[in-house]
Amino acid sequence: MDKIKIENLNLYYNDFQALKNINMSTQQNKITAFIGPSGCGKSTLLKTLNRMNDLVEGCRITGKVLLDNEDIYGNIDVNMLRKRVGMVFQKPNPFPMSIYDNVAYGPRTHGIRSKRKLDEIVERSLRLGAIWDEVKDNLNKNALQLSGGQQQRICIARALAVNPEVLLMDEPTSALDPISTLKIEEVIQTLKKDYTIVIVTHNMQQATRVSDKTAFFLLGELIEYEDTEILFSTPKDQRTEDYITGRFG
Amino acid sequence: MNRLSRLSRLSRLIRYTIKFSAIITFGVLFFIIVYILVRGIPYLKPSLFALEYTTENVSLLPAIITTIIMTVLALLISAPIGIFTGFYLVEYARSGNKLVEIIRITTETLSGIPSIVYGLFGLLFFVTALGWSFSIIAGAFTLAIMILPLIIRSTEEALLTVPNLLREASYGLGAGKLRTIFRIVLPSAMPGILAGIILSIGRIVGETAALIYTAGTVAKIPENLFASGRTLAIHMYVLSSEGLYTNQAYATAVVLLIVVIGINALSTTISKKLTKGNIDG
Repeated sequence: MDKIKIENLNLYYNDFQALKNINMSTQQNKITAFIGPSGCGKSTLLKTLNRMNDLVEGCRITGKVLLDNEDIYGNIDVNMLRKRVGMVFQKPNPFPMSIYDNVAYGPRTHGIRSKRKLDEIVERSLRLGAIWDEVKDNLNKNALQLSGGQQQRICIARALAVNPEVLLMDEPTSALDPISTLKIEEVIQTLKKDYTIVIVTHNMQQATRVSDKTAFFLLGELIEYEDTEILFSTPKDQRTEDYITGRFG
Repeated sequence: MNRLSRLSRLSRLIRYTIKFSAIITFGVLFFIIVYILVRGIPYLKPSLFALEYTTENVSLLPAIITTIIMTVLALLISAPIGIFTGFYLVEYARSGNKLVEIIRITTETLSGIPSIVYGLFGLLFFVTALGWSFSIIAGAFTLAIMILPLIIRSTEEALLTVPNLLREASYGLGAGKLRTIFRIVLPSAMPGILAGIILSIGRIVGETAALIYTAGTVAKIPENLFASGRTLAIHMYVLSSEGLYTNQAYATAVVLLIVVIGINALSTTISKKLTKGNIDG
C-alpha cells in the first residue's frame, strides 16, 4: 500500500529549481533510502514530506504530495501533519533540557498532561530508540551532557514519542562515529515493522544495509527508483551506475 | 638565534602583555572599589538612612526608594516593548523587510545619542509639552526611551544565538510557533535577554544627565508619580557639587556600589534558576 505518493512535484528556491517533476511513492512499513551527491535535492525532497520547507523563505512548490491519499499541501493542519510525519535531523539536536522533558515535549505539545501516561510514553520511546538502558537512571540529566550518538537516539525517541506514522531521517548518522552509526541502523531496522521510514543518506553501504527501496537523485531529478538490491546490482541508468561505483559524487 | 627560541620569546612577550592587561583591568576596578569603601564607610551613619531628608542628615534613603521606583517604572515601560521588538525582528519579520531595516537604523542611532540629549528631549516633550513637570513619570519615560535600544539589541542577539536546529526540532514535532517560541527559544535566550536588562538597570541607576532635566532633584520620597524625586546617582551628584557633604557623597557611593553589585548577583541567580533545564510543558 502506498503511504506517501509524490505527484509531479517541482520545488523552487526563488528562481532556482531544486526539484524537477518528481513522481514516486513509498510503501507502508518499508524503508526507502534517498541517495545522490550533495545538492541533488534529496534532503529538500525529504523536507517536503512534512512541510519543513515551509520554514524556508522563497520556497515554492507545485504538484502534490499525498499522505494516505490526502494532499498535504491542501487544506490541512500542518502541526497535525508533522505529528504524523516525524523527523530526525542530520545533527543531533536535543533541547537544552532533561532527557525526560526532551522526550515528553512532543506528547505535551499534543495535550498529554497525565504524569503516568507521560512516564509510559517516555519509557516506551526510549526503549524503541535503544537508549533506555543507558539513561533510565538519569532521566533528569540534561540531554546535552550525553554523547553525540546517545543524543541522536534521544532525538529518535523524541520523534517516536508523538506516535508518528512516518519517520523521516535526514542523514541521521553523518555526524556520528561508526559504532553509534551501527546502533542507529539497528534501531532503524527494528522500527520498520511499525513505521514507514524514509532515510536520506550519503553512505551507499548504509542504503544497502538498511533500506528496501532506493531512489537515486541527480541535480533535482529522480534518476532511478528500484528495490535496493536491484538498484545496486543491476542499475538501469548509466548515471546510477557511475555514482554507485564511485565514479563521481 | 634560531627561529624556535625567537618564537618562544615572542609567545612569552604576548603572554606577559595579556597578563599585564588583565592585571590593569582588575587593578583599576579594585582600586576604585577600595578607594570608595575607605572614604565612604566611616561616614555610613544611621542618620544617613533617616526616612526624612534634611540638610543636617543628608539622608539617602529617599534617593534609594526613588531609584527603585524609577528602575521598576522604566523597565516596566521599556522591557516589554524592547523584548517584543526583538522577537519581531528575529522570529517574525521576513529578511529584507523594510520595517526591519528602519528599526535597526533607529535603534543604532538611539543607542549612540548622549544621555544629556535624552534629558533635553524629556524636558521639552514630557515635562513641558505634555505638562508632566519635573516628575518621576517624566524621568521614567525618558529613561525607558534611553534603554530601549539596549534591550532590543540584547534580545535580538540572544535570539540569534539560539540554533535554528532547535526551532526545527520543535516544529518537526508538530509544535506551533507560539509554543516553539515560549518553550524552546525563550528559555534558551533568557540569559542573554536578562543580561540586557541588567545592563539597562545599571544605566538607570547610574544615570544623571537625563534625569536632572526630567525628574528634578527634590530629595523627598515622591508622593505620587507626578512628583519630583532624585535617584541615588543624582543625590550623589548634588552632594558633591554642593561641596559641603563630600564625605556623605562617598558614603552614598558605597551604597550605590552595593546596590549595583546586589542587582548583578540577583540577576545571575535568577538566570541560573530559569535555565536550569527543567522546563515543564
